[in-house]
Amino acid sequence: MKSVIAEDLVKTYRNGAVRALDHLSLDVEEGTVLSVLGPNGAGKTTCVRILATLLRPDSGRAMVGGIDVIKHPEKVREVIGLSGQYAAVDEILTGWDNLVMFGQLYHLGKKEAIARADELLERFSLTESAKRPIKTYSGGMRRRLDLAASLIVKPKVLFLDEPTTGLDPRGRQEMWRVIEELVKGGVTLLLTTQYLEEADQLADEIAVIDHGKVIARGTSDALKKQVGGERLEIVVEAHNIAKAMEVVANVSGNKATLDEGLRMISAPVSTGATALIETLRSLDSAGIHPLDVGLKRPSLDDVFLSLTGHAAEETPVEEVTTGRRKKAKK
Amino acid sequence: MSAFKDTMIITQRQLRLLTRVPEVLVFSTIQPVMFVLLFRYVFGGSIDSGQPGGYVQLLMPGIFVQTVAFTLAGTAVGLAEDLKKGLIDRFRSLPISQSALVVGRTLGDSLLNIVVLAVMGIAGYIVGWRPTSGVISVGIGFIFLLLFGYALSWVGIYVGLSASDARVVQNVSFIVTFPLTFLSNAFAPTTGMPRALQYFAEWNPVSTMVAACRELFGLENQFGATAGSFPSENPLITSFIYMIIIMAIFIPISVRKYKRAAD
Repeated sequence: MKSVIAEDLVKTYRNGAVRALDHLSLDVEEGTVLSVLGPNGAGKTTCVRILATLLRPDSGRAMVGGIDVIKHPEKVREVIGLSGQYAAVDEILTGWDNLVMFGQLYHLGKKEAIARADELLERFSLTESAKRPIKTYSGGMRRRLDLAASLIVKPKVLFLDEPTTGLDPRGRQEMWRVIEELVKGGVTLLLTTQYLEEADQLADEIAVIDHGKVIARGTSDALKKQVGGERLEIVVEAHNIAKAMEVVANVSGNKATLDEGLRMISAPVSTGATALIETLRSLDSAGIHPLDVGLKRPSLDDVFLSLTGHAAEETPVEEVTTGRRKKAKK
Repeated sequence: MSAFKDTMIITQRQLRLLTRVPEVLVFSTIQPVMFVLLFRYVFGGSIDSGQPGGYVQLLMPGIFVQTVAFTLAGTAVGLAEDLKKGLIDRFRSLPISQSALVVGRTLGDSLLNIVVLAVMGIAGYIVGWRPTSGVISVGIGFIFLLLFGYALSWVGIYVGLSASDARVVQNVSFIVTFPLTFLSNAFAPTTGMPRALQYFAEWNPVSTMVAACRELFGLENQFGATAGSFPSENPLITSFIYMIIIMAIFIPISVRKYKRAAD
């Protein structure tokens, strides 16, 4: 059964001058995770806002949990949880205050709301900071609390709009851990992200969108095959470049390319870490000590480059759809 | 029934904000108390009020009205901040009555007014304010003030939802409210103003509210109002009609604007 269905969604702003969604269609199978991957301005947020009843599409149809989003938004609100790219909680109130308030607004009794708040704080490792105002929280803690607030009534369908944008690597890891646990619990999740790595880590399936349309869809492995694998990158001192190029080309089996400014040599590899070790061995026996070395996984830019032939460009559409929140983030 | 409960939860949130940030309460009271002291001692000596008990008797109703008029800014700024932070999106994604958030906020801001008015009343008493009309009339006067603040906080909802930035909202509210409170009979007689301004000041809701409160607090003197003009002859009725008009216009358009906040 499909828990989320979007068909032919169109949404324009400024009387049609800006087309945020251009006949977008997607669906999510019950109990699975779909990641909507795209650059800023691709229409990710607009799509989530329509599915979460915050925005009406100009045309098209959307069903969430078997309920028509346009005809019965009030019923859809009972089965969804929404957590955005900003932490939509009251900064002045404490974490505990927020969760109890939202619990009551979900029509739990006061006692039940308190019990649920304590339980969620515990689960998201926020018990220690429960009685502190949110404004004293780190970015990662805010997002976790925001996520907790969207889980108060155990939603059937959860929407996470760029849950890790703006977080530091540690915050991102923590968030991933929390989301992975949720997914194990069997929630149907639609997640938007700008990071291929994140989609890879969390999603069963990925829908790549650009200019308000789905341009590719499939599992992360399938997409990566389309994009090509990892690239080996090494930086060496100028007098070693010629020799190092040879080594890298040997290991890769492809032609190595050189970025002269950065003195960085790179080449596609298919064997991942093994290629890395092999390269280092050869360099070592040639008496070359690399200044930097690494494996670069395909990024969103690489996906876009291979799917569309253009880089993931920044268009101003998102500014229009979420202008208010964009300001809040600065 | 659940709509009522939702509203109460939002109102509670407003009140909890006050206990979490007591500075808000302190500063929303200090400013009007400061006005009481400044006007009482700076102008009080040189304005001939012709009023037994002196200028402070005329001044207090003026400052009360000015203070509740600033509810507009308070509501507008608070709502603009919620909107900016995405909090409105969260509320709108909840299975609650869609007007609970705005109704709850207007009620919460009115409760804040009760506290502020009480503190000002005490400050006024200390510097010589003595209403002479009896407890019931004075009580009605305060209810009138709260109702006026409530009506204006609906204007605040509209302003808060219309602008994109809380600082803009702050400035807009100030630019609108400040002249309105001064182009009135609140602090000086209107008869000294140029003819056109005088006309405006007579019909200004702030003036009719001030005149209504003066009447309810037992003052005879209408402080240089043009004799015979309808609003200065019937300040209570005029003020009441103004409040009804403000609410009849701004409650529906604000609720509608809220429901479409994101479109």
